[in-house]
Amino acid sequence: MSLSRTIETPNIDDALAVARPPRKHVLDLDDFSREEISEVLESARSMKEVLGRDIKKVPALRGRVIVTLFYEASTRTRISFEEAGKVLSADVINMSASGSSAEKGESLLNTGLTIQAMGVDTIVIRHPHSGAPYLLAQHLNKVSIINAGDGLHAHPTQALLDLYTVQDKLGVGGQGSDSQGADSRGSDSRGSDSMEGLKVVIVGDVLHSRVARSNIWGFAKMGAKVVLSGPNTLMPPDLLRSKGNIARSQIASMVEVDTNLDRAIEGADVVMALRLQQERQNAGFLPSLREYIRRWQVTDDRLAKAKPKAMVMHPGPMNEGIEISNSIAHGGSSVIEEQVTNGVAVRMALLYKLTIGAPE
Amino acid sequence: METDNIVIRRARIIDPRRQLDRVGDVLIGGGQILGTGRVGVDRRPEGCRVIDGSGLVVSPGFIDLHCHLREPGFEYKETIAAGSKAGAKGGFTTLCCMPNTNPPIDTAAVVEFIHQRARQDSLIRILPIGCVTKGRKGHELAEMEELASAGVVAFSDDGDPVYDANIMRLALTYSSDLGLSISNHCQERSLSCNGVMAEGSVATHLGLDGIPAAAEEAMIARDIALAEATGGRLHVAHLSTAGSVSLVRQAKERGISVTAEVCPHHLTITDQWVFGSKGQPTAAAGGLAYDTSTKVYPPLRSQRDVDALVTGLADGVIDCIATDHAPHDVTSKQVTYQDAAFGISVLETALGSLLQLVHGRKLSMGAMVERLTNGPARVLGESFADLASMEPGTPADIVLFDPNAEWTVDTSEFESKGKNTPLEGTVLKGRVVATFAAGNIVYESPELRFEAPRAKP
Amino acid sequence: MQERLIMTQEDVRRALARVAHEILERNRGTDDLIIVGIHTRGVYLARRLAANLMEFEGVEVPVATLDISFYRDDLRARAPSKIQPTDIPMGIQDKRVILVDDVLYTGRTVRAALDALVDFGRPAQVQLAILLDRGHRELPIRADYVGQNLPTAIGERVKVRLIETDGIDEVALVIDDEIEEEELFEDLDLEEDDDE
Repeated sequence: MSLSRTIETPNIDDALAVARPPRKHVLDLDDFSREEISEVLESARSMKEVLGRDIKKVPALRGRVIVTLFYEASTRTRISFEEAGKVLSADVINMSASGSSAEKGESLLNTGLTIQAMGVDTIVIRHPHSGAPYLLAQHLNKVSIINAGDGLHAHPTQALLDLYTVQDKLGVGGQGSDSQGADSRGSDSRGSDSMEGLKVVIVGDVLHSRVARSNIWGFAKMGAKVVLSGPNTLMPPDLLRSKGNIARSQIASMVEVDTNLDRAIEGADVVMALRLQQERQNAGFLPSLREYIRRWQVTDDRLAKAKPKAMVMHPGPMNEGIEISNSIAHGGSSVIEEQVTNGVAVRMALLYKLTIGAPE
Repeated sequence: METDNIVIRRARIIDPRRQLDRVGDVLIGGGQILGTGRVGVDRRPEGCRVIDGSGLVVSPGFIDLHCHLREPGFEYKETIAAGSKAGAKGGFTTLCCMPNTNPPIDTAAVVEFIHQRARQDSLIRILPIGCVTKGRKGHELAEMEELASAGVVAFSDDGDPVYDANIMRLALTYSSDLGLSISNHCQERSLSCNGVMAEGSVATHLGLDGIPAAAEEAMIARDIALAEATGGRLHVAHLSTAGSVSLVRQAKERGISVTAEVCPHHLTITDQWVFGSKGQPTAAAGGLAYDTSTKVYPPLRSQRDVDALVTGLADGVIDCIATDHAPHDVTSKQVTYQDAAFGISVLETALGSLLQLVHGRKLSMGAMVERLTNGPARVLGESFADLASMEPGTPADIVLFDPNAEWTVDTSEFESKGKNTPLEGTVLKGRVVATFAAGNIVYESPELRFEAPRAKP
Repeated sequence: MQERLIMTQEDVRRALARVAHEILERNRGTDDLIIVGIHTRGVYLARRLAANLMEFEGVEVPVATLDISFYRDDLRARAPSKIQPTDIPMGIQDKRVILVDDVLYTGRTVRAALDALVDFGRPAQVQLAILLDRGHRELPIRADYVGQNLPTAIGERVKVRLIETDGIDEVALVIDDEIEEEELFEDLDLEEDDDE
């Protein structure tokens, strides 16, 4: 019974073997590895279980304070974060630019420093300027920053919930709701959570879309093929040509651009319509909404060219009848409502991740 | 203080005006250059101080055709006093300051104010540049002759382009008998729109509005056509694109009176620096991204543009290096990239940056010195030739620098009030040892070595 | 680093068989019983206990799984980034819950599990089954069924290995040669889950 033996390798605990330093901020998906994205999506699955309980509350983030700091109007993202925080028992304080000292001209940085001084753990920020969350991350050393949308740049939590929705629908990455569908798509060749072989078509105003940018990183990292379709005037210039003064970006190397949506949509597994801001027409990017609708609206006819079970996504809020037809928006292929539900689970996973990762 | 006699011994003398590049001694006295060559012990004046110049380069002091001293009006960003100290520390003995002050330099009274302030506060020569249009508004020509008589050395609405083509045409025409250049900040605003950095891969990654190269090139092309039509002297401020270099090259080949300048940052760093990783390749933006100290107009561009600018500078298509020193207060940069002020504090890093090109064998030492001295002097006009010369009898405005001294940029040591530089924390190779203005030492580093006095044999 | 074997595969098997009998005896059968395993190894032990009950009584007792990450009192220090599924399909309202874990040490894991359980309903009773009790309780918690008691020192670590996770059934005591290493593990505050 008192057998003794020597272990050759110093067996440091598994928990220590995860060498990646804990994540402090969620600013964009460009600095997430595929493994880290998978981990978040997997964790979101457990969070969704909590959301399905009768008592939708666990004490995980008890005593943590989250501030949502929104400089832009938002309904779903803000409520989604608020619900996520509250289900995890965090205290969530909502702050918007109107009615706060930001309206009196207080700078973003000073607002951030003030919030930090109040002992807040996490700031969820939405701001009309690209990079605003980075400014806080650079200057606030005690707070985790989550980017809830910055200018034209990134919307990483939206991209993660989109990835989750696709995995969930297709049954990739664990117990999905429709694993038969995955089989019919020949998912056997894929890894457990990769999206190798999937074709994702993102349609519309890519130039001004933070959702598109973050989704390009997300889907590309998970192995999907990303095709962008929309007017050339609404594509980032460096995606259109590689000559001249324009160097091709890493993003350019991850996507294909095809302005012809009827061709781009062929064989697609996922079709994501982007919101078209109506003011783009006035700014000269488009001849008319009529012409946009004719060339790039996601319609039944066009969707018929995609895979039979292709799903249609939209980050919301929708302009029904412009970038997406009414029948598609509310049709069987739409997963737009699931996106919203999954948003809460994904944001719970991120809040939890940052808390367990944060230094004492 | 009456200037002593000083001899700098065994330095590498580069005097581009005389096409001189050899090791020798420089004798200074009475505020002038007394001689270059071999100054034997017996030829040294009584009480002459001796500087050991071995391993160092001595050349005419640098002339900056384009800097912002912010006075009057924005003394919280920079003053003539602080800017002149920064210039001296950077090896500059002449600074031409841009008129985007408040009030702008559009009347003789403001020119006189700057002269007076410079006499009082400045260690080095300050030459104001006057406005092209009243209030820099682009509508009516400023009183250009009065400004010229008061002592401006060029005209510019810098910070803003002269955007109305007809006003530019009239300005070139009107000033053609004054002998002064019109320096235009070329930016076609209907193309640059809300842009905050160069159009391209980094802008796409970071979701920042891009400024297309064509915004600069379209206006340069316009101005070249106008210069050709009017016979006026056009000076193109801060070139930043490969296409701009081609345009200037072609214009010069056609004999049009056009000169051009380029800034140290456009010659040495790219839009990759906006990622905040000091130009190191990066796959992801990361927390340091959106380094607002890289926000500058014209924007930092691609490596291809940098290469074309260096080539254009080396082969003489670009006449001179100007700093576009644009100091800002801290708050102007501690905001989002979109809200941040355009501009970099350059005077104190210019030489170290430019020497990277020399060490990297992309530019000869002689050419670098030429573009910092004789090049800008030529743009200013023949009457300024002495500022770029070390011939006996010219003012002893000279710089002594160590091309191999490595140092780390620490903005807390800057003389300039503007600490806004993306080079903070980086290592540069090459630094000023001493700057002389009219024979006086106006800056000396701890590296300056005086030899012990010796009795005559 | 050395290990001292505490329980062999046979020891583990016998202990689980005995615990199954004790459960039957105390509850006079399997009525309203539900076995809830705490992730990770508690889940496998729960399944084995259920298999024993099936063998002894021919009754299938439902097995549920519980992840207690959300309920820890030391979230920042030691929560795993990976959350495992909590699956209690049949609910626990008015049930007799047999909570199962591998090692009982400070009692904090069981405290978290009790908190987690009540979010799923009001059980008639909760009983605790444990493979190894190593002492050093920090909370007033005791086990109803114990595979084996083992007095340990605080610095020592216990490794529970199960076929499902480690390819072998055994329990070992790890003795660190180096004091430094002992301190390292103390700093990390690794307790009963040091087998994970």
